[in-house]
Amino acid sequence: MENHAIDIQALRRGSLKAEQDTPPTCLAVNGLNLFYNNDAQALYDIKLEIPRQRVTAFIGPSGCGKSSLLRCINRMNDLVDGCRVQGELLLDGEDIYHPRVDVASLRRRVGMVFQKPNPFPKSIYENVAYGLRIQGINKKRVLDEVVEKSLRAAALWDEVKDRLHESALGMSGGQQQRLVIARTIAVEPEVLLLDEPASALDPISTLKIEELIYELKSRYTIVIVTHNMQQAARVSDMTAFMYMGKLVEFDTTDNLFTNPARKQTEDYITGRYG
Amino acid sequence: MLQQDSYKQHISAQFNAELEAVKNHLLEMGGMVEQQISRAIESLLNRDSGLAEEIIANDELVNKLEISIDEECSRILARRQPAASDLRLVFTISKVTTDLERIGDEASKIARQAVRLSEEGGSPSNFVEIRHIGSYVNTMLRKSLDAFARLDVDMAVDTIVSDRSVDTEYATAMRSLITFMMEDPRTIGPVINEMWALRSLERVGDHASNISEHVVYLVRGLDVRHIEPDEVVAQVEESRRRD
Repeated sequence: MENHAIDIQALRRGSLKAEQDTPPTCLAVNGLNLFYNNDAQALYDIKLEIPRQRVTAFIGPSGCGKSSLLRCINRMNDLVDGCRVQGELLLDGEDIYHPRVDVASLRRRVGMVFQKPNPFPKSIYENVAYGLRIQGINKKRVLDEVVEKSLRAAALWDEVKDRLHESALGMSGGQQQRLVIARTIAVEPEVLLLDEPASALDPISTLKIEELIYELKSRYTIVIVTHNMQQAARVSDMTAFMYMGKLVEFDTTDNLFTNPARKQTEDYITGRYG
Repeated sequence: MLQQDSYKQHISAQFNAELEAVKNHLLEMGGMVEQQISRAIESLLNRDSGLAEEIIANDELVNKLEISIDEECSRILARRQPAASDLRLVFTISKVTTDLERIGDEASKIARQAVRLSEEGGSPSNFVEIRHIGSYVNTMLRKSLDAFARLDVDMAVDTIVSDRSVDTEYATAMRSLITFMMEDPRTIGPVINEMWALRSLERVGDHASNISEHVVYLVRGLDVRHIEPDEVVAQVEESRRRD
């Protein structure tokens, strides 16, 4: 990772690490509470700032609320009956739960990829072009260009360029997941939400996805939920540890994995009885 | 912060056992090195070349322990991917073995001077300085190993601070040994050997202080290498305030 490089000039000036600008905040979560069926509270007073063009990981045991929090970011929870959100969630300073916000256009800005690859039963080409087609873009030249660009960005182009018009369902799981990522970035979102994007994949496909995440962060703000702590440690810049619906600790991944401030975090990441 | 019994709380009992084992092996190596140093001093004071030869031969064991503990550490890193305090423990152990092995080397250097001094006869100083600094660094070494075993930051900081006295004592001893050589050039041979032994003892103090620095890192995640002892004390207090 680039922030691990030792800057000799900076060393001479007396500072150990290369000086870094703190990236601006992309998503600000402020006092967020989430309730299912009115009485069951899933998230308690969550407060954190997710930096732009960085990878932020949410980790924690099952049921800790990490996926619920991720789903709040593109209002997926709106689809759940009796679900209620309190507090603020600002994307570029604008509250995404404001009544005037158009959910469809929000989801264009905040793309999401799920645990199981979910390509449409269409050709590889049409999968990637789908988002543009529903926006009414049908010019072949534009679509060709976007499909190629997105597949290249998803590190899939070389593997599929000769069979773009074959069914996406004939691809391997790892390829399907990268196809879904290509489909998501074809509409140029700002934020990519990844919910366990590699947990159904073999180790090599997992590494490819992780490499892809690293490539994509220069253009997108990425938020990833993962059960695999080593994966969080490998891919993320910032890590949030959640437990029982609360945010226990949020820090740089380096700090959180070498010297966590809270005992609960320590116990979880080292595999101890909590 | 790392607590005393936390090695026994992993969900994986096998992982507990592995960490416990490598920690015990390090302490065994520490005990062996401690004994090497105190016996090396004894051999020098008593001009016992038989004992000195034994110490030189024993250094091989210390070297072997270093290799086997390092192997254990890399095995744990590869198989368990430890994080947080577990990572700091493995990392610290691997660093401390290096210091212990170096202390072992100093013990055999002292023993070699003991062999020479036993051939040359005594020194005009009566080894007052060796006796004095020797017992001082021996205590430092024991305290740094105790600090590691008990995860005792106060004891570790104490040891780091006390290394400064060793440096002062060493400078004083050098000056006083020089006066012997100036008074009587025939003493130059033995006094130089004594100086080498003192130099080794002073290095043992440095290594003991390094071990203590690693203990501070292990327990508090604080890197206190290459800073003044006062600053170490200040940083440890600062980190306690944040708890």
